[in-house]
Amino acid sequence: MEAAGRLLGRGSLLTRSTDAIDTRGLTRTFNARRRSGEVRALQGVDLTVQKGECFGLLGPNGAGKSTLIKILTTLLLPTSGRALVTGYDVATEPFQVRRRINLVSGGDSSGYGVLTVRETLHLFSQFYGVPGPVARRRAEELMQVTGLLEKADQKLAGLSTGMRQKLNFARGFMSDPEVIFLDEPTLGLDVEASRDVRAFVARWVRERPDRTVLLTTHYMMEADELCGRVAIIDHGRILALDTPTALKRTLPAEPVFEFQVSATGQDLDRLREIAGVRSMSHHAHPATGAVELRVVVEEDDVIGEVLGRLKALERSVLHLTKMEPSLETVFIHHVGRGLSDEEAAERDGA
Amino acid sequence: MEPSAPERDAGARQVLRMNLAAVYARASVRIKASFRERSWLIGETLFPFLSMSAFVLVYRGLHAPREYEGFVVLGGAMIAYWNNVIWGMASQFFWEREQGQLQLYLITPDSRMSILLGMALGGIAMTTTRAAAILIGGVLLFHVPLPLSRALPAFGLFVLTLGAAYSLGMILSSLFLLWGREVWHTATILQEPIYLFSGFYFPVSAMGMVIAVAGSILPVTLGLDGIRQVFYGPAAHGLLPLPWIPPIQIALTALFLYVAARMLRHMENLGRHEGRLTVRGD
Repeated sequence: MEAAGRLLGRGSLLTRSTDAIDTRGLTRTFNARRRSGEVRALQGVDLTVQKGECFGLLGPNGAGKSTLIKILTTLLLPTSGRALVTGYDVATEPFQVRRRINLVSGGDSSGYGVLTVRETLHLFSQFYGVPGPVARRRAEELMQVTGLLEKADQKLAGLSTGMRQKLNFARGFMSDPEVIFLDEPTLGLDVEASRDVRAFVARWVRERPDRTVLLTTHYMMEADELCGRVAIIDHGRILALDTPTALKRTLPAEPVFEFQVSATGQDLDRLREIAGVRSMSHHAHPATGAVELRVVVEEDDVIGEVLGRLKALERSVLHLTKMEPSLETVFIHHVGRGLSDEEAAERDGA
Repeated sequence: MEPSAPERDAGARQVLRMNLAAVYARASVRIKASFRERSWLIGETLFPFLSMSAFVLVYRGLHAPREYEGFVVLGGAMIAYWNNVIWGMASQFFWEREQGQLQLYLITPDSRMSILLGMALGGIAMTTTRAAAILIGGVLLFHVPLPLSRALPAFGLFVLTLGAAYSLGMILSSLFLLWGREVWHTATILQEPIYLFSGFYFPVSAMGMVIAVAGSILPVTLGLDGIRQVFYGPAAHGLLPLPWIPPIQIALTALFLYVAARMLRHMENLGRHEGRLTVRGD
């Protein structure tokens, strides 16, 4: 932990971390209502995010991402361990932390139907004491880059869901926070809006080298594009943490093949029986009904046997690609399943 | 080296400025809403006016003294404020949580009291339209006696009463913060009994000393009793001597504000501990 001596009140000399975020042994348990025992949402999380970083937190649903963000934004107390944000303890110095942070939760909207877009941005800036002229200038800039300018004087009640989400996103930047927590910021946004949001975050970080972003996302490409470092979290533990490039490099040099095969035929799990198949996952493509199959093999030659077995299982191969290492493959390697598999399972279950 | 005194003062000034800005910002939402929501004007002024009219006509039909019609008009105006305390301020954190935006308030560096004060001031401005409509309508349509020569002391007592009532609302807000739905149901159930025991439409002393004093825990009960005494003297059948009421209201305001600050901090910490401040899960 990079630390600098900083003199604090009450006559005590303490060292404050100069890291944007610093957690040590952070745990959080919840009492399960419907079953006995506890749910351990975070289990000894050690994490350091330096000032000026755009840091990504990747994990499946229930991995502990939002719990961690709630603790870091002072909405939740840790069960044990310590978390500092901009050097202040989230448990004992929440007001100091709150002056320096903001939070955007994707899928949420903020404000009141009777207010206009411009008024809403101004409203939330006032809770941080942003001087009026600064708030007005900042609101104009944010509306410009988020494409809200032409709706500036429209009441929120008349805005589409996507526009309200964009407004919520812009709101988070009105206080020009030292650390901004972006919890799935592009959730539910269309492709173009998501691209605008990503471009804005990239520019914001570039233009403000002392500002920090902690981003959670389901979209690997988003993390790859924006984040200097990425942590993969599952079951409340950090499984891997490094730059996207370094994480990809740590992957065993095992070829990954993606197939699209016909929906009908025999059980695909029998592919696991093939010697040389390391892991395999599959899910139905929601649009075509075909099955998307991902196979990790020890060496390229094994794929011949996989093709043979698919034929034996009466599955036609519609498409076959050899995958380059990506954050998705890193994620699968550590978590044991892909986020797209998880989403597919949720859809199937729904 | 500790921060110097000027540094501390500058920090304190900055915090004060920020909290005042928060009060103004939150109040302005209410005030803008009251001008922009036309349907609100009908729902919040016409319908309560009809309800008040019914009581005036009942008293008139019974040939009750004219002062009783004045009691009703003043009670009708005060009900508007009490409803605003409960449904416009105390319950607001619960609604914000249901809409998923409570966290946006809780992560701000402002005192929760500042945000509630903003809601209170905005709510008072909004509710005054309704209260004024009831008062003016009562005087003009029913010729209810309301001696304007005593308006100033009555207004002074009214201001003290609002201070105490909205301070009590801040305490209730802390309960809504954590046990929103349960408190909501309780407040709904207790609404009519409170109207009864607070003497909104008749002198509270008619309930008997014990019940009337118990009802005086709510500042609106005592405030209304005092305002009626200011306007109508002995005919108001006052519960307590008039000179007692302002100091009691001031003491209640101070007590409620102190308790509210402690309760809000306690409930927020409890909510942070139990993970009940937000609805969105991981």
